Amino acid sequence: MEWQFFLEVLVGGLLAGVMYSLVALGFVLIYKASGVFNFAQGAMVLFAALSFVSIQAMGVPFWLALLLTLVLMVALGVGIERVVLRPLVNQPPITLFMATIGLSFFLEGLAQMVWGTDVHGLELGIADEPFDVAGVFISKFDLFAAAVCGTLVATLALFFSKTKLGRALRAVADDHQAAMSVGIPLKHIWAIVWGVAGFVALVAGLLWGSRLGVQFALTLVVLKALPVLILGGFTSVPGAIVGGLIIGAGEKLAEVYLGPFLSGGIENWFPYMLALLFLLVRPEGLFGEKHIERV
Amino acid sequence: MNPHRKIGDVILQAEAISLSFGGVKALSNISLEVREHEILSIIGPNGAGKSSMLNVINGVYHPQQGHVVYRGKTRERMRPHEAARQGIARTFQNIALFKGMSVLDNIMTGRNLKMRANFIQQALYWGRAQREEIAQRAYVEKIIDFLEIQHIRKTPVGRLPYGLQKRVELARALAAEPSMLLLDEPMAGMNVEEKQDMCRFILDVNDEFGTTIVLIEHDMGVVMDISDRIVVLDYGKKIGDGSPDEIRVNPDVIAAYLGGSH
Amino acid sequence: MFYRESGQFKSSYAADSAIFTIAQDRVFIAALLALSFVAVPGLASDYLLSGILIPFLILSLAALGLNILTGYAGQLSLGSAAFMAVGAFATYNFMIRIPGMPLLLALFLGGLCAALVGVAFGLPSLRIKGFYLAVATLAAQFFIEWVFTKFSWFSNDSSSGVISAPAMQIFGYPIDTPASKYLLTLAIVAFMALAAKNMARASIGRAWMAVRDMDVAAEVIGIRMLRTKLLAFAISSFYCGVAGALYAFVLLGTVDAQAFDLHRSFQILFMIIIGGVGSILGSFLGAAFIVLLPICLNLLGQVFHGAISTQFLANLEMMLFGGLIIFFLIVEPHGLARLWQIAKEKLRVWPFPH
Repeated sequence: MEWQFFLEVLVGGLLAGVMYSLVALGFVLIYKASGVFNFAQGAMVLFAALSFVSIQAMGVPFWLALLLTLVLMVALGVGIERVVLRPLVNQPPITLFMATIGLSFFLEGLAQMVWGTDVHGLELGIADEPFDVAGVFISKFDLFAAAVCGTLVATLALFFSKTKLGRALRAVADDHQAAMSVGIPLKHIWAIVWGVAGFVALVAGLLWGSRLGVQFALTLVVLKALPVLILGGFTSVPGAIVGGLIIGAGEKLAEVYLGPFLSGGIENWFPYMLALLFLLVRPEGLFGEKHIERV
Repeated sequence: MNPHRKIGDVILQAEAISLSFGGVKALSNISLEVREHEILSIIGPNGAGKSSMLNVINGVYHPQQGHVVYRGKTRERMRPHEAARQGIARTFQNIALFKGMSVLDNIMTGRNLKMRANFIQQALYWGRAQREEIAQRAYVEKIIDFLEIQHIRKTPVGRLPYGLQKRVELARALAAEPSMLLLDEPMAGMNVEEKQDMCRFILDVNDEFGTTIVLIEHDMGVVMDISDRIVVLDYGKKIGDGSPDEIRVNPDVIAAYLGGSH
Repeated sequence: MFYRESGQFKSSYAADSAIFTIAQDRVFIAALLALSFVAVPGLASDYLLSGILIPFLILSLAALGLNILTGYAGQLSLGSAAFMAVGAFATYNFMIRIPGMPLLLALFLGGLCAALVGVAFGLPSLRIKGFYLAVATLAAQFFIEWVFTKFSWFSNDSSSGVISAPAMQIFGYPIDTPASKYLLTLAIVAFMALAAKNMARASIGRAWMAVRDMDVAAEVIGIRMLRTKLLAFAISSFYCGVAGALYAFVLLGTVDAQAFDLHRSFQILFMIIIGGVGSILGSFLGAAFIVLLPICLNLLGQVFHGAISTQFLANLEMMLFGGLIIFFLIVEPHGLARLWQIAKEKLRVWPFPH
């Protein structure tokens, strides 16, 4: 029974990790294309979920609400790029990072001002009930979330490697100047990336929203995604996935096996310590590119 | 050449240095010597490994093979600040001034090595901290006079034109009273007049303070004029080493520069 | 017209490297200090003292601490509140566990504990930079919050992790009225601000800025990275620690670890962005701004007699803070302090700017 319990915890952790990866994915997209570490990704998740449930509450059917929210999120992403980030082009990365912290506050205030501060339930029609796989209980909802996440990653990977736009995006990620000089419209690309990030935020918002309820606390998922990024490296999509899995599994295992000795509640800091220890050994992350400094 | 200036013994030996970055060889098996009080130029086409060589000398890069002997001491993995402590100062190819600070503060930072007051004395601006600050300021003013930059003392360095920034960087390096000065393309991007000024400063530094100078430069006219010795690098290998007259007629060097076959 | 330096000549390097080189500045600072030490405690109402001035001063001190680390040494920290918590809890334990412990010594020791913890969490800064480091400081934030919440030893086994200020006195004078609390805070903050200004203009300050502006070049001219960065973490955390202890004892009286959560860290970061990154004056301006904005918004709410809900105001406040951060970063990255400096430069040559 002991190993079964261990497996259950491990699988539960891995599946929870997939949810972290989902948020981390939004970061990686934007970071790769524009070098911006978008702290506001969490606020965008909240904004998406809150908009969706509020539009649905007006009596709009599920799919139409989804479409409307998607349009809204893409518009928001493009708007952020235009108003906040374009004037800050060529500023040091740390300035951009602080700007997105400001953005995060702005969006949280805006979302709650427009849609209210009530906690909404969000029903995707998948019951969060466990089912039995060879004696190990797995949550149906977690499996569903993992499937959605897998599909999303596969789609993005295909998009990046097979389409013309994807190639342009990778070129921009590699070298802004060079990309511009071969005729890739930089501003256009950035707008698209922010639009896609808005879409990823929507997916994350729906899944996290139906798990936790749509409320202010949703913005805190950003704090779960940060150690994932440190572990996986800021520029790697597979890194975000693997990092998420490690953090998810590590966190659950630590909570179950280590927590009782430390009087519990360690899930807030454990991922950070894990990531921090990891950083000391490999500062560029699991899949990040090693950076050679030239002088 | 100034008759008072005597070239002394070898003070720095780089022995069989090899350096690579993830499979790309920057330097392969390079040995060179620097003698006290001389002006040594390192020349070579772009990507020849000149800057890498300077970076090895003052500890920014650590070579995979070979080592550097400085004043009789072989050093293993020395950090740049230790090199600075032993009297090696340098300037950079792409200006590396402290952009948020004034000209004066930039040069004063070069004197930090000479300051002994602890942070509590500094916080109280009391005793040694105050005395030091004023004494070092006086020394910095001498360098400011020497390099003729009195008028821009309090200007933030970011607002200065390129040529003056290069001069401030030289001032910062000189402030440390180095016995060896590494200059990475000190005249790149300058007009003729600015180059002449810079040449004069380099010769004056060498002459008045006896500072040993290792410099990288592309302007052959300048190099031939001011160098005591020249080392030529090409694709990370040393292809020439000698006086300007010897280098001028070295067939390998001519081939490398004119693109002939070896 | 009155702010002009013509006729004031500096004849020594000592005069040129004084803190305030212009006579009018010296007069202004002297007047400001006289006003705040003598006039304010006598004239100001208790609300003005406890509701505005004391929080302003304490938060200024925390902002000074963060500004040393982030503004001068260039190491972004998102964990300032955690170091405030260490200062508060350490001071508390020194006071209740050691009988007869003088208040000022307890504050100093509390700050010292914060400095030690700051150094421990600053160690990764030697290997990692930028937002990797910022994320690492979040580890400090969450870990320290957790320690003070979970281990009741730190709060002397109070059930809910709450600490309450013991009776305070200095040299026999009780610190119990708003005026006495204000004077204590003012004296500490004024002294520490002066010390910060001195460090900023001395060799340690130059070393910090050199590391911030170009770390490779800094090392090449002989600055020791390890020492310089860790000293920045230590001194910054010391300032935050003292601020935290004052926040707990002088301002609130009763406090738990939640008073020093991530939100507080962001609040302090916002102060230095709005006030001026890398500016001592900016720390004060930013703190004043952040303290006054909610008060002004509340006044606005009262004007409209409940037509505006507090919920709306809270959200508006968040939007305003966020929006202002973005605005300042885009328009004036050096914050209010830079605007003040520009105004002074204009004034120096007014009315003939050419």
